Amino acid sequence: MLEKEELKKIKKSREKWESNDLKSTLERFPERKEKFVTGSGKEVARLYAPDNLEEFNYIKDLNFPGEYPYTRGVQSTMYRGRLWTMRQYAGFGTAEESNKRYKYLLDQGQTGLSVAFDLPTQIGYDSDHTMSSGEVGKVGVAIDSLKDMEILFNGIPLDKVSTSMTINAPATVLLAMYIAVAEKQGISPDKLNGTIQNDVLKEYIARGTYIFPPAPSMRLITNIFEYCFREMPLWNTISISGYHIREAGSTAIQEVAFTLADGVAYVDAAIKIGLKVDDFAPRLSFFFNAHNDLLEELAKFRAARRLWAKIMKERFGAKNKKSLMLRFHTQTAGCTLTAQQADNNIVRVTIQALAAVLGGTQSLHTNSRDEALALPAEDSVRIALRTQQVLAYESGVTETVDPLAGSYYVENLTNKIEEKALEYIEKIDKLGGVTQAIEKGFIQWEIQNSAYQYQKDIEEGKRIVVGVNKFKIKEGSPKGLLKVNPEVGRRQVEELKKLKEGRDNHKVKNNLKSLEKAAKTDVNLMPLILDCVKSYATLGEICDVLRSIFGEYKESVKL
Amino acid sequence: MEGKKIRILIAKPGLDGHDRGAKVVARALRDAGMEVIYTGLRQTPEQIVETAIQEDVDVIGLSILSGAHTHLFPKVIELLKENNIKDIVVMGGGVIPEEDIPELKKVGISGIFTPGTDTRDIIKFVKEKVK
Repeated sequence: MLEKEELKKIKKSREKWESNDLKSTLERFPERKEKFVTGSGKEVARLYAPDNLEEFNYIKDLNFPGEYPYTRGVQSTMYRGRLWTMRQYAGFGTAEESNKRYKYLLDQGQTGLSVAFDLPTQIGYDSDHTMSSGEVGKVGVAIDSLKDMEILFNGIPLDKVSTSMTINAPATVLLAMYIAVAEKQGISPDKLNGTIQNDVLKEYIARGTYIFPPAPSMRLITNIFEYCFREMPLWNTISISGYHIREAGSTAIQEVAFTLADGVAYVDAAIKIGLKVDDFAPRLSFFFNAHNDLLEELAKFRAARRLWAKIMKERFGAKNKKSLMLRFHTQTAGCTLTAQQADNNIVRVTIQALAAVLGGTQSLHTNSRDEALALPAEDSVRIALRTQQVLAYESGVTETVDPLAGSYYVENLTNKIEEKALEYIEKIDKLGGVTQAIEKGFIQWEIQNSAYQYQKDIEEGKRIVVGVNKFKIKEGSPKGLLKVNPEVGRRQVEELKKLKEGRDNHKVKNNLKSLEKAAKTDVNLMPLILDCVKSYATLGEICDVLRSIFGEYKESVKL
Repeated sequence: MEGKKIRILIAKPGLDGHDRGAKVVARALRDAGMEVIYTGLRQTPEQIVETAIQEDVDVIGLSILSGAHTHLFPKVIELLKENNIKDIVVMGGGVIPEEDIPELKKVGISGIFTPGTDTRDIIKFVKEKVK
């Protein structure tokens, strides 16, 4: 906090500056715009000075890295100790093809794996389901059974890598498959390192790969919390995701607010089934977007960290330091990539990645330049990974912890984002919590409005997108785009047929029957799903059993 | 068609959950004075054609970002033909590589709108096609 006298002096100087220097400058050279705004449309002042941070209190607001409220980072040395994990989200076609891409990325110096599954897998359909038609292997790898998973990780020692899996509604099944593959490699679950996304609330809000209604979904999620607490102490049991909320069009503030509100709902659900907060909270992790407005974005990460620490301490009474720490993965913003002059995307990704690093991310995916056109080709993925490596080894921003702390603007932004996000969370509490807010359409509606405003701003020229509504050129067709082999679907269906003929179908049937019985009670389903998976029951068969007991979610949309 | 509002069905075929574009386009068309019906996610081509018939629409707008457009867009056209419907304009949008566009146009998708499209261009297209 500033001394009263000092503050008075600064305010006085500001007044003087505004009525002399500034005034005469503005008379001669008016500013470019009437109003300046952040990437999220929040007004930005001309200049930030100590009088914009009157209440600033270093220990209370920032403190030291690794200390509550963790504004400056969750570790005391941050990137001086260890760089972030470079983790490119990848997967397409068959398990063999994806396995090859993973090995390529590891060879290029990537330090963690991130598995993209195709849509049928994400929604719990086998490749031969009618709804899977045309979608097999398109946006990720197709996994029907443990057999595919064995091929996917063939030759990759699972005790040496950390693996993140973007899977939500059927997370229990894919986690079980991962455990079973590791077991075949002779590795026990307690040695496994990685993350499962397991965040269904944001699927209802923004991403769309839900299967079951909220109540049974929350049960499956907390089943994973409980199972991992006992068996997999190194595993991140959920990745509470703002990424897709932002991609759907939210502002930075809404991203923080809705993500942390989801987090509150998961903590509530886990406590309700009898878990102790400090038993599961240390394994919760987060996933955020990084957009173009460098300073707003890095402030967003700092604000999210501080707000979560306060929520965990004050609302849930968490005592373990690890329960208070918001650890997160970042991906650069897919929705900012342009199909026009696609190489410009390399620059956008660099700015976004820099924001993530300056915001203290634990791991990072950088998008490839061609992703507004198709899945990324190999050389585009390499440039994206190299972007991270240049930031890590050449930019110098890693050499000191939280280098932008104390900037009048950054601290002001951090305060504002935290304050506005908290207002949203309180509003959601009043609506009865996230599930109710989703069912009422409140969260989706807020996001839709922001998305529409964003588009209108571009079309009215209020927001410039280089190469799209300004600095346009005539271009030839892009070359060298990745094409998924159209044979994948057919091959996958053939293999599935062979699998079903070759396995012990009696055993499969019995395991599925036991799962069905258990699903009707409230026991933890993980061990039963593990049995199903090990007998080569397919993902679709397991999810069908659960569908028959839990029912399916149906969204309601308001335009 | 003086006085009659243009009716449009915006649909999400397949399993793709990216609906930001579909919703933004739907609202832009509505703001331009059209009657817009949005299907929500995970529609089969059969469901889409059925809804289009029930709602008596002039235009179907299909949105896919998953790469399944080469499979699902032509399926919708096929079903319209099977139902002997000739007067519904079908357009599509999403992450659609340029090299796929000629083939889609050939089967009868009359407009394809890719990332970066101005919604005013879509409105103009619809007004010109539905006369």
